[in-house]
Amino acid sequence: MSEEEKILEEVTGADYKYGFTTDIESDTIPKGLNEDVVRLISSKKEEPEWLLNYRLKAFETWKKMEEPDWANIKYNKPNYQDIIYYAAPKQKKKLNSLDELDPEMKKTFDKLGISIDEQKKLAGVAVDFVMDSVSVATSFKDKLGELGIIFCSISEAVKEHPELVKKYIGTVVPTSDNFFSALNSAVFTDGSFCYIPKGVKCPMELSTYFRINQAGTGQFERTLLIADEGSYVSYLEGCTAPMRDENQLHAAVVELIAMDDAEIKYSTVQNWYPGDANGVGGVFNFVTKRGICHNRSKISWTQVETGSAVTWKYPSCILKGDNSIGEFYSVAVTNNYQQADTGTKMIHLGKNSKSTIISKGICAGKSEGSYRGLVKIQKSAENARNFSQCDSLLMGDKCGSHTFPYIEVKNKSAKIEHEATTSKIGEDQIFYCNQRGIGTEEAIALIVNGYCKDVLNQLPMEFAVEAQKLLAISLEGSVG
Amino acid sequence: MLKINNLKASIEGNKILTGINLDVKPGEVHAIMGPNGSGKSTLSSVIAGREEYEVEDGTIDFDGESIMDLSPEERAHKGIFLSFQYPIEIPGVSVSNFLKTSLNESRKAQGLEPMPAGDLLKMMREKMELLEIKKGFLSRSLNQGFSGGEKKRNEIFQMAMLEPKLAILDETDSGLDIDALRIVANGVNKLKSKDNATVLITHYQRLLDYIVPDFVHVLYNGRIVKSGTKDLAHELEEKGYDWIIKEAEQL
Repeated sequence: MSEEEKILEEVTGADYKYGFTTDIESDTIPKGLNEDVVRLISSKKEEPEWLLNYRLKAFETWKKMEEPDWANIKYNKPNYQDIIYYAAPKQKKKLNSLDELDPEMKKTFDKLGISIDEQKKLAGVAVDFVMDSVSVATSFKDKLGELGIIFCSISEAVKEHPELVKKYIGTVVPTSDNFFSALNSAVFTDGSFCYIPKGVKCPMELSTYFRINQAGTGQFERTLLIADEGSYVSYLEGCTAPMRDENQLHAAVVELIAMDDAEIKYSTVQNWYPGDANGVGGVFNFVTKRGICHNRSKISWTQVETGSAVTWKYPSCILKGDNSIGEFYSVAVTNNYQQADTGTKMIHLGKNSKSTIISKGICAGKSEGSYRGLVKIQKSAENARNFSQCDSLLMGDKCGSHTFPYIEVKNKSAKIEHEATTSKIGEDQIFYCNQRGIGTEEAIALIVNGYCKDVLNQLPMEFAVEAQKLLAISLEGSVG
Repeated sequence: MLKINNLKASIEGNKILTGINLDVKPGEVHAIMGPNGSGKSTLSSVIAGREEYEVEDGTIDFDGESIMDLSPEERAHKGIFLSFQYPIEIPGVSVSNFLKTSLNESRKAQGLEPMPAGDLLKMMREKMELLEIKKGFLSRSLNQGFSGGEKKRNEIFQMAMLEPKLAILDETDSGLDIDALRIVANGVNKLKSKDNATVLITHYQRLLDYIVPDFVHVLYNGRIVKSGTKDLAHELEEKGYDWIIKEAEQL
């Protein structure tokens, strides 16, 4: 084995650092999925009839659908009858302050390095914890309330703001959109809801930490975010999960609505359990994320994906309005036996609509990473513009990186640019860093962070720092 | 400071160094000259600890201790600096971030706290002035899109920041125009002290007009075949290497 291979072997042989579970009593229902389970979830959540009907219709649709297999991933399809569809921590009492939080739960967040106290002190971060499926604590709510901003769990929104939920849910991602969105629509248990009123600039980053915590529990998050005319919001979701031997299914749906002149910045840092070094276990992450842009509005997706055994995810923008803007900035790291098929769709309908795609893939170990992107210019989209850049960085020679760009243009005035590169971390780069006193592990972190800079720069400051650490941890090994 | 005894090294089975002896004391400037392929760059890489080279025999001592078993970064922490003939590009990593990481890793190895940002910036500004480096340089991606001269200047800038005991400058003069050469040489001269030493690896005598060596060594076929004072460099400039090669082959 050459020196370089040895280094890479060591560096990419890192164990998952966040493998631990929290011991909190859970309220679960038997595993399996049928109409009664859908009804049970709805009744446990004390939902109105329209929502039950929405779920039942989605369930009927899902039954007729087949799991897609066009993505460049290989996995054993989950047995959908072997999954528990509802789990909620028993502690349901509303908290007035974070001091009332279950000490066990607090410990979990501390282990993740997400100090709640610190978060509260950090200028303007409101955190809505979702452990398993039910929101536990929400902070800064009063302050947001003064501005008319609604930021709560989707269950709460169903109770308190049913007219908004009913009006918008399923409008961007219809239940029949795909197999996983239909499943999610039938069985989602919780998620986040956010509404920014007309002309309001949300003064703080809104942030939700998701965490799967119940053995064998599929998690079906539902997020709905509406930015009314002329408003602005920056939203971050971040997640880690405890180590598990069995695969955990995650099929979330996120819908964003940017009304005229609104702007939504949606950032994700995802670090779910990727399986062990032999490819056993790990989270299946099959997510449907989509936003719709009305006139002169802008949606910007930024994602740092380091976790999951299998990722299937394409945050997309429907650029319906004239002069609307869609952006997608992505870093996807795969290591060991991880597989990721991720990218975006930019659907141009409006005149002068613009989209930018910056995708940075990093593959190590025996992993496979694919970028899959669609740029579609419809006939109505006069003077549409797109710029795409897809880069891959390979570590070692046992991993694979693939790019699948799809471009469909139905209007001659469109201008589309696509750039792609593939590179390796060179022995020369590492030696250069070594000679300047920087150890190999630190050197790789430095080089990788430099490579991802264009994407990391899009993240809010404090999360960019967190994401940098996460990249280093994901590729860190036993060197030194 | 640096004592090399009968050093033999190879790469992929090819013997490059065939018995090097070199003794560098604090305050001294040594020039190592020689035709292409004589082993000059290999020597600098082996001293810096590049692992592709196999050391077959001999010893390298630094400050009285063997550094043979140390990693490249440990050697760097001890104060060995190598200015690269071809500095490496690291896209997206700014000059200042790289320098900060480099400096603080060395400090960490010495049990020191990271340098406060204010002090670091002040130090960078001072050293930039010394090397006539323009503002805005710090935020550029390391060596990416740099001209040949900028790359070399950046190497000496890093050397100025890291304040090594032993600096090995590998072909620092190549790719420099006369003004850049003057600036770089001037920087190296200002950084010289009685406590540190410099090893210049060069093809040409030109650099030695600006940085005057105490000793000149001629490397040929992996060994030092002749040593002398700066006059030897002038002799080489006039007569070329052939006469030394002949002399060496007769031995």
